[in-house]
Amino acid sequence: MTTTTPGLRESATFDRDVIHEIQRAAETGIYDIRGWGAKRRLPHFDDLLFLGASMSRYPLEGYRERCDTDVVLGDLHAKTPLHLDIPITIAGMSFGALSGQAKEALGRAASQVGTSTTTGDGGMTPEERDQSKTLVYQYLPSRYGMNPDDLRKADAIEIVLGQGAKPGGGGMLLGQKITERVAAMRTLPEGVDQRSACRHPDWTGPDDLAIKIVELREITHWEKPIYVKVGATRTYYDVQLAVKVGADVVVVDGMQGGTAATQEVFIEHVGIPTLAAIPQAVQALAELGMHRKVQLIVSGGIRSGADVAKAMALGADAVAIGTAALIALGDNHPRYADSYRALGSEAGFYDDFQAGRDPAGITTQDPALAKRLDPVDGARRVANYLRVLTMEAQTLARACGKSHLRNLEPEDLVALTVESAAMARVPLAGTNWIPGAASHAG
Amino acid sequence: MAPVATTPAVTIDLSTSSIRQINELLASPDAPQALTITNPRGAHALACGLDAELEVTIDGHVGYYCAGMNQHATVTVNGNAGVGVAENMMSGSVRITGDASQSAGATAHGGLLIIEGNAAARCGISMKGVDIVVGGDIGHMSAFMGQAGRLVVCGNAGEALGDSLYEARIYVRGKVASLGADCVEKSMRGEHLAELKELLDAAGVDADPTEFTRYGSARNLYNFHVDNASAY
Repeated sequence: MTTTTPGLRESATFDRDVIHEIQRAAETGIYDIRGWGAKRRLPHFDDLLFLGASMSRYPLEGYRERCDTDVVLGDLHAKTPLHLDIPITIAGMSFGALSGQAKEALGRAASQVGTSTTTGDGGMTPEERDQSKTLVYQYLPSRYGMNPDDLRKADAIEIVLGQGAKPGGGGMLLGQKITERVAAMRTLPEGVDQRSACRHPDWTGPDDLAIKIVELREITHWEKPIYVKVGATRTYYDVQLAVKVGADVVVVDGMQGGTAATQEVFIEHVGIPTLAAIPQAVQALAELGMHRKVQLIVSGGIRSGADVAKAMALGADAVAIGTAALIALGDNHPRYADSYRALGSEAGFYDDFQAGRDPAGITTQDPALAKRLDPVDGARRVANYLRVLTMEAQTLARACGKSHLRNLEPEDLVALTVESAAMARVPLAGTNWIPGAASHAG
Repeated sequence: MAPVATTPAVTIDLSTSSIRQINELLASPDAPQALTITNPRGAHALACGLDAELEVTIDGHVGYYCAGMNQHATVTVNGNAGVGVAENMMSGSVRITGDASQSAGATAHGGLLIIEGNAAARCGISMKGVDIVVGGDIGHMSAFMGQAGRLVVCGNAGEALGDSLYEARIYVRGKVASLGADCVEKSMRGEHLAELKELLDAAGVDADPTEFTRYGSARNLYNFHVDNASAY
């Protein structure tokens, strides 16, 4: 590490970021809280490549031969499974963390392209329900705003055990965002720093959760698919237990998955990369004979159609996007460069979602800021983005000779690095070598 | 399983019916106004999700989540209740004549939960507006993160009562093993004696409100301050 000044050498251990953090901690006496997901470099989908068809495989014609994209979620136990047109869903993000306008835009966008969107901690707003053709209702430890009427209005129920940004951690929503409406929905005093428990209040382990799922099914007459969402850590075991407790769908969120407000130390140091989690989840399902029967949704760092296609080739039935959807809405857009700068950040770097001062009007409850986001315009951008993701994934699938995205398979992939080959369990490019293949038992 | 058989007295024997059949009947527009369920034998998720002014009596012990998410209905369990009885109740009332296991009334938003015996740990955890009256003792971590509502304990309370409390109010007649973070003893003013009497009367408990002590949030942890770091 060097600066532009010859002779000055920066410590690799105590670099400028580390020094800044030590100084910040010493000044404030509180850990750093921020939004977004892990920012450190991790083995990711970029480290995988598709093997397009050639002599030994037969490609599909790009614009004339079909490559279907639909997916059915939750048909194992639920009377009314979801049938989505595309396998790219919108992940759970709360009204409270996001403005009402942002939630409405996400719902509109999902409906336009035939996919689902998801509530978050704090309950369901009428606007979100009205604008979302298919809405997944999150059932979280805090149960803020949870009520049986909304449970019955939902199209599916997602029991959240954790998220990739903070597996094992609870939630927080700082007082700046606990406005009158948010406070009323969550039965909290206005302006308090809201803490959400990390464990559910009325069950403590998989045996209990199995009974909880029966209760939720009884209350909703066995109609709704039940998802179980886990942050990626001991994914093999967690997914097997999720199947055992009766989940219709398992959602695995890798450590690149976003958050509205979490300690930096948590975001960067807990969990495993999405790439490492998928093969563990697929193995767990396959060993139980449940792969493709209990569907697998993967999230955490999905940015492009290539990421979608790679996740599905590794065995996911669908993916979920959060951070990318916010960017499509307008988050970190250069048009707000001056505003980001005024907050001590820059367009492309802004992650203070907890502060509620988002210039793009997305991660805020400030009415003046929130008004900057037009839900119809925002929805158009997110819908455009979802269509691009879908077309990109189809392009890659056709090149691999697949007439449906779900037909993509690990055999279509190779890895660029030893680490990604070991994690994704596909061979290093140009070799037959899958590092650690013999030790991939759970 | 044979179709649900209802006698003129509208009694259903759970030994010959399924939970699904009973819950489906109770959720239907044709649900009987008053229903007695016999032989529950610790069944889980019994009479959960009710959404009408029904009177349901269960003769025997029930398992987890009995009367969960109750709305409007009056449910009486003549026996003990498992984990999470009346969890997330919105309205109506639930009475347990025996003891209740953990997390009784967890996250409940409204209604009245009466436990004539004792309640185990985490009674009223994350309560959001429910009123809970316990005739006996309650276990540790009760009313943890309680947001709203009233918890009345005629016996003793276990450790860490009211930890991280928001605005729920707690009345205990007996001893408190220890208070949780940010939970403090508060004075009993006239309005508290009045609301406590009202709660005791509603629960049918004969107790003198002046014998109770009130506990609530000190509100020191509502917004993070470094001086309170050790309390988090």
